[in-house]
Amino acid sequence: MRIAVIDDSAARAAVIEEGLRDAGLSDLHIFLDRHGLAAKLEACSPDVVLMNLENPSRDMLEETFALSRALARPIAMFVDQSDESAIAEAVDAGISAYVVDGLRKERIKPVLDLAVRRFQAFNRLQTELAEARSQLAERKVVDEAKLILMKKRGLSEPDAYKLLRTHAMQSNRRIADIAQAIVTAENLLGGAL
Amino acid sequence: MSLDPFRIGFLPLVDAALPILAQELGLAEEQGIDLELVRDMSWATVRDRLIYGGTDAAHLVAPLALATTLGLDRPAVPMAVPFVLGLNGNAVTIAPPLAEAIGAHGALLDSVTLGQRLAALIALRAREGTRLRFGVVHRYSSHNYMLQYWLRGSGVDVARDVEIVTIAPPFAAEALSLREIDGICVGEPWNSVAVERGVGVIVNVTSHIWLRGVEKVLAMQAARAEAEPEIVHRLIRALYKAGEVFIDPARHSANAAILARAEYLDGSAHLIERAIADRITLAAGQEPLHIPDFMFQHREAANFPWVSQAAWLYAQMVRAGHVVKSDVGYAAAQRVFRPDIYRAAFAGTQVPLPGASAKLEGGISETTGVGTVQGRLLLGPDRFFDGRAFDPDQLDAYLAQD
Repeated sequence: MRIAVIDDSAARAAVIEEGLRDAGLSDLHIFLDRHGLAAKLEACSPDVVLMNLENPSRDMLEETFALSRALARPIAMFVDQSDESAIAEAVDAGISAYVVDGLRKERIKPVLDLAVRRFQAFNRLQTELAEARSQLAERKVVDEAKLILMKKRGLSEPDAYKLLRTHAMQSNRRIADIAQAIVTAENLLGGAL
Repeated sequence: MSLDPFRIGFLPLVDAALPILAQELGLAEEQGIDLELVRDMSWATVRDRLIYGGTDAAHLVAPLALATTLGLDRPAVPMAVPFVLGLNGNAVTIAPPLAEAIGAHGALLDSVTLGQRLAALIALRAREGTRLRFGVVHRYSSHNYMLQYWLRGSGVDVARDVEIVTIAPPFAAEALSLREIDGICVGEPWNSVAVERGVGVIVNVTSHIWLRGVEKVLAMQAARAEAEPEIVHRLIRALYKAGEVFIDPARHSANAAILARAEYLDGSAHLIERAIADRITLAAGQEPLHIPDFMFQHREAANFPWVSQAAWLYAQMVRAGHVVKSDVGYAAAQRVFRPDIYRAAFAGTQVPLPGASAKLEGGISETTGVGTVQGRLLLGPDRFFDGRAFDPDQLDAYLAQD
């Protein structure tokens, strides 16, 4: 089974590719660039095309399939899919698939399931990464606020932190928010660090 | 008061304005609706979310609602269009050297003269073996059918002498600059982006092809519209109010600023405001030109889903070879547009309601009063550039004219 993966994220394409290879699917072709995509796909003539839902080239690709004179013309997986919940899950994960007409459902299902799991894993990774980044940013702003307090109020570092925490508890806000307010005020009112 | 959640899918285009304004200006909330807007980058994805339950309704190119009902490329899912989000607002932008070649650089010629010149160039290039290639935003888009209508009506053998391909709107300017295409029919602000970059010149606007051409619609699954009519009524009342706000000149700038935001069009407020104000810069370095009714989102029952509009689109789908004409298909296509829902939503309000559900498209040459069941309604000229008219009851005779 020849599988084409079209994605505008190289990182996600790599995650999908790895998963498919691990499952013993080795006839894989990755396309990241939209330029000349139609011609490249035609030359590749895949049995299955996997594409991220946010890809702006989906309409172009479907037009190409509709016009294709090739015997094996890929159609949206949804046409031959009776399992509504599986489709909803794929849409939810952010993936679309096109399958050449005539390819048996039993052969497609595992590929699609695998792709969906990989997309979900990638989405989780992205979320975790974003969270880690924002935690890092928060720690930075708390450190900055502590420095301001130490300098302006002559406090030790533990006391500066204690002051931040007490104020956060009293005003029912997060420490990072209090810290951000202090940093913003300092920037606005002058007194570069 | 608890609000009913409702999700609407959209593409980043100026004519997604009514749902966006309904949300941002609290008009949906006034109607008890918690509107969530889901932005996508292709019509394919907007449609998939609509079919598979990710969204409750969508900002959709009108012919795609018909295609979905007729089961083209997807399993057939009957759609309902209770409200038209706007008429026209698209332009034809071509590479600057081609605009020079047909004497249309920086001037808006009438569609007949321009069509003849373009047809001559298309024929020449086809004979030379270098067919011109035009982009449209989707196979089943009003852009595709309006462009084909204009070219065919100007004497072009569309199937033989010209190539029409699909290009996503955000790629229009890039595709022109890379010579992947020679021209494109696309909505705003994407023509203006190409003009600003000096890679394209606007030579025509769709309102000069059909003065009252149906463009984007609010589409939803017919079953959903039947099951919860009341929330649909409230939603389209909110959208109608958004239309009032959209055309208010005092609000143009503020509306453009909202649309330009990162979560909506993520584009230039300046270019968006020009489209809203019907002021279009044809070529880089020129002053904007006022093109009356370039976009048409509110006046004259613009939002009323005339069944004859759906019928006209079906006729164009037949002409393009996208569907094989059948009585069953024609009836199904016409049933997509739902004036009954529109009427029910506005019964007892100040909104004028036409008495008829279909009209002779292209049949009005000067502003005319029409029969209503509520309020007073004047309809302005709705001519096609070639002077033809479309009678939904005479589909065969219309198609036989080709």
